[in-house]
Amino acid sequence: MNRILEKKPLGPCIWEYLIEAPDIAAAARPGQFVMLRLHERGERIPLTIVETDPIVGGVRLVVQEVGKTTCEMVSDFPVGESLLDFVGPLGEPSDVAQYGTTVCIGGGVGIAPLYPIAQALKTAGNRVVAILGARNADCLFYEREFAEMCDELHVVTDDGSRGHRGFTSDVLQRLLDANERIDRVWAIGPPIMMKVCADVTRPHAIPTVVSLNPIMVDGTGMCGGCRVDVGGETKFACVDGPEFDGHQVDFDGLMARLRFYAGSEADLLDRHALQPCQRKQEETW
Amino acid sequence: MIKPRQTPISQQRPYDRIHNFDEVPLGYTEDEAVQEANRCLQCQYPTCIDGCPVNVDIPRFVGQVARGDFAGAVATIRETNSLPAVCGRVCPQEDQCQGVCAMGRKFESVAIGRLERYCADWEAQNGPCRPDIASDTGHRVAVVGSGPAGLTAASDLRRLGHAVTVFEALHVAGGVLMYGIPEFRLPKAIVSREVEALRAMGVDIQLNKVVGQVVTVDRLFEQGYDALFVGTGAGFPRFLGIPGEQLGGVYSANEFLTRTNLMRSYRFPDYDTPIRIGERVVTIGGGNVAMDAARTALRLGARESIVIYRRSVEELPARVEEVEHASEEGVFFHLLANPVRFLGDDHRLRGVECVEMKLGDRDESGRRRPVPIPGTEFTIETDTVVVAVGNEPHPLIPKTTCDLETTRRGNIVADPETGQTSKRGVFAGGDIVTGAATVIEAMGAGKRAATAIHAFLENGA
Repeated sequence: MNRILEKKPLGPCIWEYLIEAPDIAAAARPGQFVMLRLHERGERIPLTIVETDPIVGGVRLVVQEVGKTTCEMVSDFPVGESLLDFVGPLGEPSDVAQYGTTVCIGGGVGIAPLYPIAQALKTAGNRVVAILGARNADCLFYEREFAEMCDELHVVTDDGSRGHRGFTSDVLQRLLDANERIDRVWAIGPPIMMKVCADVTRPHAIPTVVSLNPIMVDGTGMCGGCRVDVGGETKFACVDGPEFDGHQVDFDGLMARLRFYAGSEADLLDRHALQPCQRKQEETW
Repeated sequence: MIKPRQTPISQQRPYDRIHNFDEVPLGYTEDEAVQEANRCLQCQYPTCIDGCPVNVDIPRFVGQVARGDFAGAVATIRETNSLPAVCGRVCPQEDQCQGVCAMGRKFESVAIGRLERYCADWEAQNGPCRPDIASDTGHRVAVVGSGPAGLTAASDLRRLGHAVTVFEALHVAGGVLMYGIPEFRLPKAIVSREVEALRAMGVDIQLNKVVGQVVTVDRLFEQGYDALFVGTGAGFPRFLGIPGEQLGGVYSANEFLTRTNLMRSYRFPDYDTPIRIGERVVTIGGGNVAMDAARTALRLGARESIVIYRRSVEELPARVEEVEHASEEGVFFHLLANPVRFLGDDHRLRGVECVEMKLGDRDESGRRRPVPIPGTEFTIETDTVVVAVGNEPHPLIPKTTCDLETTRRGNIVADPETGQTSKRGVFAGGDIVTGAATVIEAMGAGKRAATAIHAFLENGA
């Protein structure tokens, strides 16, 4: 159970896993996530499902080495090894329908959970425009997969080493300035990226879905640690989300809650002499 | 000669125990147990049995203890109670068996809970009492949730010869017994032992399975289950809905206790899940969960642990023993006060503003309604607050199951005697039906449902 069937690098500190979990693979829909725990002393962490393979009964995940658990998973869990606990699918699936033109924005490892949603939107008959952003060319993945599936693809990097130099929100702004018709936007990436994208679409009143990744303990609605203010109401990302109306989300509150355990996390990494690729970034996709 | 007072139980001293997570009462010795059991009047018409939600034959087991027949006492308890080591520790006996004990009319009641605990611990040391299991009936029953209701239903159904599968969402079985009640009140090894006993009886326990997501109730019937018991509890934390509740440093009691008990964050960094608390921890609420949180805070290193409760000491819903233990350990009770808002800067909690309350007229629960006194606002500086104001039913099963009737509050509607829901073959019990209550009441519901499920299966499902 929970055996690692495949593992391959997608970029620096970014790994793709296929985990054997036939019942989850059969039940999961785009937008949902799993919780995993590596060993008896481990913490439970949420990861959004990238793809399921019903034939081998596998669940595909993309893991970035940002914290103790993700670093440990990459260093100590090769193909053939099993994860101690693997539970899902969790959360509400994406609301996929025929909207018209949808813009799918993925930043960093947010590109991974975006992929099945973009695919489902395409299958549902939407025109899909994808905007993928990464720090640099090495960190960019799934470009070919998106290119094959989408009607239009824009790529940006922070340093211009691939595609245009800039941010995903710049491209979104350009599309809007050019009076492109956009019916719905999905933005998945670091909270600051989702916040800026929501700010860009707000004046145009384009529904903008974001997928949140707050700190979770159980992931099943029990602890309330993942609560987030959405339009003045307290919502639990694990059961009410993870997707919410980006125009209603209190991103500043979300980002503050994400930082709450940064000190403990750094202590843990030091203690185990683990080196995440980028300690300064908060993204944990 | 009648001894008017209960045989005292030795306990860890308050000053010592706030520095560890070990159990507080150390249990009776054999002599103490026999001495206490001899206080029982062996009433001809005992009232204590009806005071017990699972109707343990109390006079019989206490009599057996008095004669030194501990194996017999264990067998007597186990006839109706599948979790005696748990009940002996967490039941509110003063409201149940001991509350109606005839001795209690004039003197202190017999310490039934402590005797039950003694018997269960004796069993753990001297080899388990293996219950008889009826021959296979060929029926399959699914139990959703492995808390006290689910474990009890599973045990009774298995003993009646049915094949039982328990589905648990978390990575360990036990529900609130594992994630909620702290180690110092209910050692996790005891719960694990009870779960292992269930496995040894042939109950299949499937962990990490969220029914309603990976498989629905309707799908379970398609997979060949003949009946289903829902015991998913009230695990959805309630918040106060006051400003500032999203600030870092505000925990639900569930999160605070789950991090500590289930994820063992008190052993961070040996365990990976962190918990952050400040010098002064404020817990809001007056129930057992609030006591657990306030006492846990001390053990995690808080210098001050304050409980804020909006009514007075008489209305405190927690067990008397929990309030006593908390007080002994130095938990400070700020009664007749209610939080108004959380104060913070830069998204970090800095304090909680409260208002003094007074008791007004009686409400529908019969308790006097707390009313704020205008102009009495005051602020407690703190960077850690635990909100322990109750839980709501988990919405997942009702939401994903056809034809399952719920109340306006989201509880599953079930017959109190049988647990039968609006859906054929589906029974429910415990907090998911009643709202947050006690371990033993959930066990009672699991037990009644098991009897009803058995009848349902025997009469042609």
